[in-house]
Amino acid sequence: MTAPEPLAATSASPPPAPQRTKPRESASTWPLVDRIGLSLCWAAGIALCLVMGGILAYMAVRGVQYLRPSLFFESPTPEQDQSKSGGFLDPLLGTVLITAVGTLIAFPIGVATAVWLNEYRRPWGLARAVESGVEVVAGTPSVVLAIFGLIIFQQSYFGFLSLTAEGDAVLGRSFFTAGAMMALIALPLIVGSTRAGLQQIPDHVREASYSVGKTKAATIRRVLLPSCRPAIATGTVLGMGRIIGDTAIVVILLGASLQLQSVGDVPGLSTLKGSGSTLTSYVFNNSPAGEGQSPEKAYAAAFVLLLVVVALNYAVNRITSREAPQWIR
Amino acid sequence: MASYAPAGGALAQARKGVRSDQRAELLLGALACLVLALILGMIVFVFTKAWPSFSANGLAWFGTGGDVDQQLTDIFNSPANPKAYVYELRAWPLLYGTALTTGGAVLVGLVFSVLAAIFIVEFAPERLQRLLEPVVLLLAAVPSVVYGLIGILVVVPLVRDAFISEERKESVQFVVQLDGSSLAVAVLILTVMIVPIMIAIIVDALRAVPRQWTEGAAALGVNRWRVMWTISVRAVRPVIVAAAVLATARALGEAIMLSMVSGSKGFAPNPIDGITFLLEPTRPLAATIVDNREGLSAVPLGQTIYAFAAVLLISSVFLSFAGWYMKRRLRHVAIYGGAG
Repeated sequence: MTAPEPLAATSASPPPAPQRTKPRESASTWPLVDRIGLSLCWAAGIALCLVMGGILAYMAVRGVQYLRPSLFFESPTPEQDQSKSGGFLDPLLGTVLITAVGTLIAFPIGVATAVWLNEYRRPWGLARAVESGVEVVAGTPSVVLAIFGLIIFQQSYFGFLSLTAEGDAVLGRSFFTAGAMMALIALPLIVGSTRAGLQQIPDHVREASYSVGKTKAATIRRVLLPSCRPAIATGTVLGMGRIIGDTAIVVILLGASLQLQSVGDVPGLSTLKGSGSTLTSYVFNNSPAGEGQSPEKAYAAAFVLLLVVVALNYAVNRITSREAPQWIR
Repeated sequence: MASYAPAGGALAQARKGVRSDQRAELLLGALACLVLALILGMIVFVFTKAWPSFSANGLAWFGTGGDVDQQLTDIFNSPANPKAYVYELRAWPLLYGTALTTGGAVLVGLVFSVLAAIFIVEFAPERLQRLLEPVVLLLAAVPSVVYGLIGILVVVPLVRDAFISEERKESVQFVVQLDGSSLAVAVLILTVMIVPIMIAIIVDALRAVPRQWTEGAAALGVNRWRVMWTISVRAVRPVIVAAAVLATARALGEAIMLSMVSGSKGFAPNPIDGITFLLEPTRPLAATIVDNREGLSAVPLGQTIYAFAAVLLISSVFLSFAGWYMKRRLRHVAIYGGAG
């Protein structure tokens, strides 16, 4: 008889609706292990901010301190007196040239490989082999690619592509050979990005194209490639970034001459066959590790490199933030 | 697969289409196979070039003994007669240097980047978060020579002034000279170099963890740290492995930066020396290749250098396959199952 009493009491006067307590964000109630984890996490985050901020600020200060407009317009000269050793016009041109050569080679091969891997894929075993091959290139150190390039391009039948010493010895060093090896380091990025773009296109788009009588080749050319253009562009820009930033291939395959050296008298081609330097090798050679002892110019050139990287990053951001076509989703 | 039902008069045209389709497939396939052929060619060429060095030394190639820099000089100066070429080399200090720098940087970097990625995704104030992500991507793209420049001009003098006292110099003066460029600086700069890549990859993956999982855990009263640590980080394990593999490949192949800051001396740092161990110079394989670039035309030294390249190549191929295998093994826990 007494049991229902409390029930009746509660139904008679319902307790006030539970107060919404403020979510307790404070970590002070957490177990000790979790608090240690949290503090480690914050420590890592703060260290990251400090290091990244430090690097960027330091480079910016040094860059602004040492960068002069005249550096862009003067050729470097081997001079002990640093006020006379010129600027980095030639390395800058060299960077542009080598990036152009590398991208021009890597772009068609990379896109073709990606399309074949994604759309045709037969025979299956071969496709799998190509896939792992691309993965292997992506992991291969660029020094190894560089000295592999030396083996290939020192063969006498490739002599027309590079510098030759007296007595018909092929040196294998030129903008062309360095650019060709640079293409290999840009290739995996282009392939990967293009494949990711192709995989995002749903199958019904391909089927729609077949159903109106287009062949597979026409579908690829008119439908698939145009709609994954942003992905291809992203891969290409990332590849260009890798080419611009690589030093080992330049140091080994381009030689160490400061100025552009042309070979032969065909304009354009002669420069491609000649040797030179790029911004990265300019930085390397002007640092205490190289011969030229002029850290100021190395800092200035490194700052320019950093600006180029910023610009490329911005380009990638612009490309990837553009909206995909409606029908892709 | 395209299948055609050409109607009446369109038959001829359709046939033409099929033929051009086959041509396109052949062309694309040929370009893809060109890539494959180049890679196989690379492996074959590098190993053929490297063979004399391996075969002259046998397994002792990988062993210890003597001063590796002296051996390299002797190889460079060996007589011009092919029968009298000197090949003797004990490459252990270089291999050990490679393992120390790469292993050290990847271990430190892995712990650090997982923590930093959790920080960026979960704990950072929103404004900081929005600032950090592009900066991380930017730093991932900075050329290694820039890191090397900062290392050699800023960090090395700093270490020389702060840590290398006269007593410390004297304690090892009969073995090696200490001048600031050292194992510690190499590992430090290498870590700074590979961390942004790992963070960028891990952050992307942590963002892709389904919200239901983390919210479900949070609704059960699990705190934020534990949600991240036990749910999100576990879910992205395959991606962490992939990031570590990528970082290892980059660290292994880093040549220019390491040749600038590691001291460029074929010396095996000795752990018995205590703290001084960290301040001793070393030189990894890749840096050795760059440092000896002028000697490539001398036949025996060239072959020795290709042997270094062959070791690097094998390691990187092995790494790619190990990464692929690990991703497969972990596929059952993956939210990124198809990514590999």
